[in-house]
Amino acid sequence: MNPKLSFTKNFLDLLSSMRFAVSLLSVLGVASVIGTVLKQNEPYENYIVKFGQFWFALFEYLGLYDVYHSVWFLVILLFLVISTSLCIYRNTPAMLKEWRTFKDHATEKSLRAFSHQATFNLTADYADTKQNLLHFLNAKGFKYKIKAQEDGSELIAAKAGTHQRWGYIFTHVAMVVILFGGLLDGNLPFKVQEMLGYKRIETLDLPVSKVPAESRMSVSNPSFRGNMTLAEGSTHNVAFLRVRDGYLVQELPFAVGLKDFRIEHYATGQPKSFESDLVIFDPELKEPITKTISVNHPLTYKGIAIYQSDFQDGGTGLKFNVWNLFSPSDKSRELSGAIFDEGALGEGDDLLRVEYNDFRKFNIINMSPDGKGKPHNVGPNVTYKLRDSRGQAIEYVTYMQPMQIDGKFYFLSGMRETVQEDFRYLRIPADEDLSIDGFMGFRAVMLDASKYQEIAKRIAKKSLEDSANPEIKKQFELSLVRLLTIFAQGGYSEVAKVIEQSVPEKEREASATTYIKMVNIAAYEAYNMGLELNKKPLLKNTSETEALMRDSLNAFSDMFFYGAPYYLQLNQFEHKEASGLQLTKSPGQKWVYLGSVILVLGIFSMMYIRERRIWLYLKPSANEVHFAMASNRKNLDFEKEFSLYREQLAGIVS
Amino acid sequence: MSNTLDYQQKTLLQRLNWQDWLYALVVVAGSIFAFVKYAHYMDAYEVAFLFGAAALFSYLGWQWKSLGKLVIAVGVLSLASIALYQGDQTRATEVFFLKFLISSQSAIMWMNVLFVLAMVTYWFALYRRSAFTANVASALTWVAVLFGFVGLMVRWYESYLIGVDVGHIPVSNLYEVFVLFCLITALLYLHYEQKLNTKQLGGFVLLVINAAVGFILWYTFDREAHNIQPLVPALQSYWMKIHVPANFVGYGAFSLAAMVALAYLLSSKGVLTSRLPNLEILDDLMYKSIAVGFAFFTIATILGAMWAAEAWGGYWSWDPKETWALIVWLNYAAWLHLRMVKGLRGPLLAWWSLIGLIITTFAFLGVNMFLSGLHSYGTL
Repeated sequence: MNPKLSFTKNFLDLLSSMRFAVSLLSVLGVASVIGTVLKQNEPYENYIVKFGQFWFALFEYLGLYDVYHSVWFLVILLFLVISTSLCIYRNTPAMLKEWRTFKDHATEKSLRAFSHQATFNLTADYADTKQNLLHFLNAKGFKYKIKAQEDGSELIAAKAGTHQRWGYIFTHVAMVVILFGGLLDGNLPFKVQEMLGYKRIETLDLPVSKVPAESRMSVSNPSFRGNMTLAEGSTHNVAFLRVRDGYLVQELPFAVGLKDFRIEHYATGQPKSFESDLVIFDPELKEPITKTISVNHPLTYKGIAIYQSDFQDGGTGLKFNVWNLFSPSDKSRELSGAIFDEGALGEGDDLLRVEYNDFRKFNIINMSPDGKGKPHNVGPNVTYKLRDSRGQAIEYVTYMQPMQIDGKFYFLSGMRETVQEDFRYLRIPADEDLSIDGFMGFRAVMLDASKYQEIAKRIAKKSLEDSANPEIKKQFELSLVRLLTIFAQGGYSEVAKVIEQSVPEKEREASATTYIKMVNIAAYEAYNMGLELNKKPLLKNTSETEALMRDSLNAFSDMFFYGAPYYLQLNQFEHKEASGLQLTKSPGQKWVYLGSVILVLGIFSMMYIRERRIWLYLKPSANEVHFAMASNRKNLDFEKEFSLYREQLAGIVS
Repeated sequence: MSNTLDYQQKTLLQRLNWQDWLYALVVVAGSIFAFVKYAHYMDAYEVAFLFGAAALFSYLGWQWKSLGKLVIAVGVLSLASIALYQGDQTRATEVFFLKFLISSQSAIMWMNVLFVLAMVTYWFALYRRSAFTANVASALTWVAVLFGFVGLMVRWYESYLIGVDVGHIPVSNLYEVFVLFCLITALLYLHYEQKLNTKQLGGFVLLVINAAVGFILWYTFDREAHNIQPLVPALQSYWMKIHVPANFVGYGAFSLAAMVALAYLLSSKGVLTSRLPNLEILDDLMYKSIAVGFAFFTIATILGAMWAAEAWGGYWSWDPKETWALIVWLNYAAWLHLRMVKGLRGPLLAWWSLIGLIITTFAFLGVNMFLSGLHSYGTL
């Protein structure tokens, strides 16, 4: 034999073997696991942070960030198609033969070698018995063929359930059809063009018109799955396809406009529906098509399905009151902007650029301390970045309305320096009118050195006897002023620093307690002075006031870690939303569905049709009827059936 | 020719008696009533599902008489419960029969208790080799299933009491599908128990059911997951009504197979051998339930793909849940190949289906716990 030929044959044998197919299924399973454990298609910076440069590069080389579109994964799928196709090619003829044949070449001898067989004595009339046997086979749903033997005997070969054989063919054909459909919908055309150097992904954030031709996919691209973000009132005619750490621009044969986007909410605040009123503009249309889409209800036009996938801000207009946290003024100034726009605060070296990133009208948060309570809507928030002249940015998220925490209300504003961090929150206690003004007035007084004397005087008047030594009184006032001066420079941590420097270790705790007490008393006066200036009713000395002082002092101290001298209090907004659409062209879908139907038919016929064969060898010369039965799948049902038939046939024959 | 009638197999229609017809009549009448009363809440698919369900349950009830009785009992008890509610949800904790027996919460609690009792009784029956005790265990399981279904039915009704826009079929979160899982696994087991007379296996199958019961209890008391939550937009679809139950027939059947495999392995090692059914029966049962599970899991995955094509813009997104469904599918596909094509039998396949349960559990629960993706409806 030609060794080359035998190698090819061996190779093909291997490819179409069960061993190979099952191994492939296992490899496919393991490969799929990787893609679920490693989060796919994240921004590449996240991977670098997570794995470090070395592993990041290795994983990138292996295509682990998009396993299911990597070359090696596609190769496994391809091998699966080839293996399954070869299996079909090799086995189908035999299967069809089994399906058709009655196996009427069986001889008496071969039948006696069966594991399930019996011999009956023929006592009744031969012709009647034969008729009855055929009747029996009919009743049991068997098809039969009678073959006369040379010695005058007759063989009745019968079969039932041979359609089961189609089950094998169907299931395997289905796999090929489904994988073919899947391949049609993969990005194979792009992959080939990318390898040949015709196309490349764009990784820079460019305006659509600036994206070069080699990163654009034409209208004729047979299949794609892309995204489009449409702000209310705008129209686009391209979608973006995300590929690895970049994107491609997909041109569309029509333009999509968004008239209105709506979110409905349940009474509990959870979102109930997202709806977009779309308009399709196409020169081929006399009238633009208008249609409302929502989740689970897409619109299909020219083979492209448009789905409601998510939503984001579309450039909401914002008006802020800006407080300069470290100025002894209790007045704010106005600032307006819009999401995706930029603004500026301060000047010269202290200039900060404000980048308005996101606005969310509803925030469903679980505020209960143990996490068991029901989440509820805490109102709008705005996310922005403050970037200094060196390009360093701090990200802020600020809630518009005060939030209730443990029965008290606070204005919350979070800050973080990198995306990986959690936000650290500044909690500013709201005043009696649920406004931030009370705290801001207090803050202004606390920062105003010219007011310290007055505060000290008021405290001295309340806490010292009128008859007290003026010298002691003066000393007392002086130390209060000194304490307030230190506190104004950095809150509690500044006070702690001073204590550490000037007080012996043993006495530190005692003096800290004293200082905290004094600061609290001073805060009470300062707060009231702030209220006086704004002609607001003064605080009473109650436990709520004590708590308010504690919270105000904490907020004052935390201010120094806020990262910026500005607090942007959202005052008004003009909500503008953008709808996140997904656009899909999927020519493989009908193949996948066809394959699925074939698969289900195949599985059911393979498992629930049982192939059985019966041979009845009628031998008048010996007054014998020989019965043999076989199935390609021997199980309990078959055993039961054989016993039953043996008994019933015995009744017929004798 | 007289003896030909002995072996003549009657067709299904010939075998039906007047009770069967009455049963079907009641089921169909019930669905017509539901249609007349609630048609304006249903889309065309849901109307099709309603009558499809009537046909399906008529057929199943004809094939398996005990199921027919269960269907009737579930209907009667659920209607009684609904009548007691009088359209007011607060009555669930006020009216005696609701509070202690058949409000949605109480019925599900009864299901939990009865499953635990049934398991203990099954094991006791196995230990004493007592046929009577085994019958009691079997009856307890049936009643547990009855209460479980009543609980789900009433929960369905209760969700509409919270708000018409909140109302939905109770298969939308982990709590609800765990109840469904218990019920389907128990029903599949009861079917084989009746058909193959294998009451000795009840204790094994109820192990996995009671693991789920434990989860339900933890989920109820620690996380208050029994509270009905409205549906997120992606779940508001008729697909949910068929995709989820089909999936749980799959999960239930795979779990049943794994528990039978456990019995098989113990028996083949000489543990409880004399008390358990013989190995051929166990092997056959394991194969049958994996075959059922595989068929339904395939259908469920296909239905899921079709739903995904409508909700997420693509029939396959390699979402972790999808991918793990594929892994489960590949696992049992390989199992079936080895058995059907290679004719493999014995402990290897039993071990495999036991390990298969781990893979299935991960797909069902682990994905929700450890991986995030589009299927994040049932996060822990």
